[in-house]
Amino acid sequence: MKIHEYQAKEILRSHGVPTPRGRVTSDVADVPEICREFGGRCVVKAQIHAGGRGKGGGVKLANSPEEAGRLAGEILGMQLVTHQTGPGGQEVRTVLIEEAVDIDRELYLAITLDRAARKPMIMASLQGGMDIEEVAEKDPDAIVRQHFDPHLGLLPFQARSITDGLRLEGTTARQAQKLISHLAKAYMATDASLAEINPLLITGDGDVIALDAKMNFDDNAMFRHRDIADMRDLHEENPLEVRASEYHLNYIKLDGNIACMVNGAGLAMGTMDIIKLYGGEPANFLDVGGSASQEAVKNAFQILVDDPAVEAVLINIFGGIARTDRIARGVVGAIQELGDVTLPVVVRLEGTNVEQGRQILADADFDFIVATDMDDAAKKVVAAAGGDS
Amino acid sequence: MSIWVSNETRLLVQGITGTEGRFHALGCRDYGTEVVAGVTPGKGGQDVEGIPVFDSVSEARTETGCNATMIFVPPPFAADAVMEAADAGIELIVCITEGIPVNDMLKVRAFMDDSDSRLVGPNCPGVITPGQAKIGIMPGHIHTPGNVGVVSRSGTLTYEAVWQLSNVGLGQSSCVGIGGDPINGTNFIDVLSAFAADDETDGVVMIGEIGGTAEEEAAAWIQAERDAGRFDKPVVGFVAGRTAPPGRRMGHAGAIVAGGKGGAEDKMRTMRECGLHVVESPGEMGATMAKALG
Repeated sequence: MKIHEYQAKEILRSHGVPTPRGRVTSDVADVPEICREFGGRCVVKAQIHAGGRGKGGGVKLANSPEEAGRLAGEILGMQLVTHQTGPGGQEVRTVLIEEAVDIDRELYLAITLDRAARKPMIMASLQGGMDIEEVAEKDPDAIVRQHFDPHLGLLPFQARSITDGLRLEGTTARQAQKLISHLAKAYMATDASLAEINPLLITGDGDVIALDAKMNFDDNAMFRHRDIADMRDLHEENPLEVRASEYHLNYIKLDGNIACMVNGAGLAMGTMDIIKLYGGEPANFLDVGGSASQEAVKNAFQILVDDPAVEAVLINIFGGIARTDRIARGVVGAIQELGDVTLPVVVRLEGTNVEQGRQILADADFDFIVATDMDDAAKKVVAAAGGDS
Repeated sequence: MSIWVSNETRLLVQGITGTEGRFHALGCRDYGTEVVAGVTPGKGGQDVEGIPVFDSVSEARTETGCNATMIFVPPPFAADAVMEAADAGIELIVCITEGIPVNDMLKVRAFMDDSDSRLVGPNCPGVITPGQAKIGIMPGHIHTPGNVGVVSRSGTLTYEAVWQLSNVGLGQSSCVGIGGDPINGTNFIDVLSAFAADDETDGVVMIGEIGGTAEEEAAAWIQAERDAGRFDKPVVGFVAGRTAPPGRRMGHAGAIVAGGKGGAEDKMRTMRECGLHVVESPGEMGATMAKALG
């Protein structure tokens, strides 16, 4: 799960990580007054979940309360396009107004899980403001890495090894060690999957503060963090994905025109891959669940056909515990219930009682294109969507 | 032979009084697995269709001599259930539960560092040795006894592979679902070494997916073992998710391409370089294995 910068900063502050003073608003009229409160200079920051906001024009420095109001007016409501939003951009609904701070140096600091080591790992670099992926590619030696034990927490000598790697000294080093320890505690306490401070700022006075902050969380742990789960902002998610999540369906919108409905995440990915292999473009990832009940199939189908880009549908179900004939009845029932389905629908059913299942599809009022295996299904759906296969 | 599961298996089911636990406990028994006990704290003394229920794993272990467990406990309590089973010395722990927090799994791994128990999963279909016994939620009847091992991070894609193998006349020695979570108990290399040592396994189908580096590590292991003359069985590989957009979790908690790492193309390339028979299409797993085995 993702949250906004201002929310991440609230969480980090509550764990003792220093940040600039700031206030969040959706009302331009508030902005000059907030700016005055911070001494007449401030930074106006668009709050959307995507990164790269600065380059996209969503972060601006204001030298007066009036300028702050004007900039906030430009940013609020804009479709902010960054390398992470896609070409349509994301509407800015709130802005964070922060005091302007004096910058000496910008560093990078983050914690994430190292799956291979099965430990959280701190990454830091001298290249603040740059994407860590970019640094890793261009100058891998510039990244300082430090694992820590999730149960013992970050030990003081480990925090010192990071600040040594960042060539920090004196009170600046000590402040940074404290900040890193607080960040590690916040990361563990909130079941975060990513806590990133980019840039981590060294001010002209040698103080260390988190100028930006990003936190992602383990969806599976949100049952024990109601407060964080409540920070979910549905405006930041694709509306079809929001609807699918209400039905407990695993759905991710993609750019293609061939919708797919599959049971199981692995088979769903495999189905997308095989569509692409035969020259088509998948419109989505969708796992209807292992048992593919009629209710789930109906809800899923409705979401698929509500995507205007979709020109053909591929249903690929492996009937295991749930028998294929029962699944076939579910698919037919769902289509009858929906009524006006005009798209070509390719169905590939496999597994137990497959002959009865295919017969049910053949006898149905709807003209299913029946496929015998995955390759056949992919070729047929690509052709039905007018692809180049 | 086969690996880990056989007609010697005496199965315990943790969470047996829940809907899923009950359904699949009976499914395993119907397949031929000896299901000797269930555990649900507070429900000791009851029975599920003749399977006695105990309050704790150690009690079940003492009373029935169970040597394997299948866990259906809900996510908030599943990690505790795994650790309880390890503490009671259960040799094989198969955790089906999906949705366990990563930090809970880190705890489990730390707890099991000194344990002799093997954990398979979580978020997996389980382990089956066709014709002998199954521990898990896979449809038993699609499997046929034979000499191909299957190891996979995905459930239904494993069934797909098994189906294709059975259709080309290749039975399976054992099939192991290692699960779709970022932190799991048993990895590809554990299963591959067991298949390498198993006389009745002549080839292996290995199904990976995006996220992490487990496939690359397994491929490097295969090559090293092959170079050392210890592993000469063909391995057919597929990696799901080459069309997955970066940064999105594809159903499984562990299936994510992050920071430019964990993509399917890289994994498939490494697997090919290490001598695996990599299929581009998931529809060709069975046929490719048939060809590889001549």
